[in-house]
Amino acid sequence: MLELNAISSGYGETQVLYGLSLVAQPGRVLAILGRNGAGKSTTLKTIMGLLPLKSGDIVFDGNPIATRAFDVARSGIAYVPETRDIFPSLSVRENLEIVAKRFGGPRPDWTMDRVLELFPRLGERLDNGGTQLSGGEQQMLAIARALLMNPRLLILDEPTEGLAPIIVKLIHDKLQELKRDGLSMIIVEQNFGFATALADDVAVVGKGQVVWTGSAAEIRADEDAQHTWLGV
Amino acid sequence: MAHDPGFWMLQALNALQLSMLLFLLSIGLTVIFGLMHFVNLAHGSLYALGAYFGASAAAVGGFWLGFFVAPVAVAGVGVLLYSGLIRRMRKSGPMAQVLVTFGLIFALLDLTRLFWGDLALAIQVPQILAGRTALLGIEYPTYRLFIIGLGLSIFAALAFVLSRTQIGAMIRAGVDNDAMAACLGINVERLFFIVFCVGCALAGLAGVVAAPLLSVTPDMGLQILIPTLIVIVIGGLGSLKGAVAGSLIFGFVQTFGAVLAPQLASVLIYALLAAVLVIKPVGLFPAKG
Repeated sequence: MLELNAISSGYGETQVLYGLSLVAQPGRVLAILGRNGAGKSTTLKTIMGLLPLKSGDIVFDGNPIATRAFDVARSGIAYVPETRDIFPSLSVRENLEIVAKRFGGPRPDWTMDRVLELFPRLGERLDNGGTQLSGGEQQMLAIARALLMNPRLLILDEPTEGLAPIIVKLIHDKLQELKRDGLSMIIVEQNFGFATALADDVAVVGKGQVVWTGSAAEIRADEDAQHTWLGV
Repeated sequence: MAHDPGFWMLQALNALQLSMLLFLLSIGLTVIFGLMHFVNLAHGSLYALGAYFGASAAAVGGFWLGFFVAPVAVAGVGVLLYSGLIRRMRKSGPMAQVLVTFGLIFALLDLTRLFWGDLALAIQVPQILAGRTALLGIEYPTYRLFIIGLGLSIFAALAFVLSRTQIGAMIRAGVDNDAMAACLGINVERLFFIVFCVGCALAGLAGVVAAPLLSVTPDMGLQILIPTLIVIVIGGLGSLKGAVAGSLIFGFVQTFGAVLAPQLASVLIYALLAAVLVIKPVGLFPAKG
């Protein structure tokens, strides 16, 4: 579904990724793990066109990926950033509607009603401003907004960061539900237990390259890899 | 004089009229800055161009032709500016943008001299807006009331578009976080182009409506630039509320300052600007909170 072939990227003069390659399969969840600064978020931002690709190529559904973020989004990839990036000047309803009204199509999988069914809490907050939400509610809104794009691939960067355990559990259950629905996902996560419980496949990133790949079950059993690459 | 309510009413209307003119100019500049972090110092020159286009058209077909031609023609200049210069300079950083658009002020200044000469032009106010209108016990120039009405109508229209429509929500989202807006499939670049052209049209409109009050001269764009920048710095970048608040503050401080403390009038607004920068460096109502 998505292939990254020897990609290099970074911030301005600072290179972070050095020929990183990985593959995300359709209908499966790929977790990208690694220590802080390994290049996980940089990988996601490069996929989204937020950082320029310096070398290598990215192929999505058999075609080279677009270079501009809005084209990437329109090609079917939705992104939930680490910072959630709820628009503070927009109400919860507007945050959802600016996506729903443009990606709706004639018979969309995801509608306002369906995302509010998935996250009933948002239904009670529709008229609140984007900044009046708790961290957990912001995460729900960020995921709901991404789903309204009716994506073929959902990319999540650290979805549990800074959230209370009860909300982490809720987000986990909701993502499991999406996985059962067959939605392809890539998830970057520091929470090893959360990531490996959700993922089918795992790629471990270290110093800008993929240093380990395998299944979630394999990494759970491979204590050496966990110790060497993740410091678990 | 000080005990005459009519006098204060007159000053308040003068202040409001100046505020509305500044509002028409500052709203385009502030939203362009807020949306794309682009510093366009040549915005004042577009106001001068509006006055010239308006004066030329008015000379042929009267005030109303000038009134409608000026914003359209200045929006056309905006399209040229955008495709020739601004789109290429989007990522070149504020210093390069300031230098290039500062240079553009002088290029446009000389171009207006070349086309229209150094002599001041004038636009005749149409019959329907000439004379005075009785209002709350005073007689006030009808044309100035027209400017106040126009400014308020455009404020209401922009407030409606920004707060109630899909494109308005997209603009606010783009001002909040352009990268995230793009990740949601919003073509922020096209949005910027539209906002830029509307901003240019409003600058042109401000120029043509100011023309009958002032004389149309090549440096009128330079004279209005500093007040416009003060308005957006006081009001806060990127927001309609900031542009209207900044314009009202400037208009009232300037007008009442000149009446109440003529010796201090020229420094009063700068003192206020300094105070706002010390107390609230991001301005009173910045879009990004």
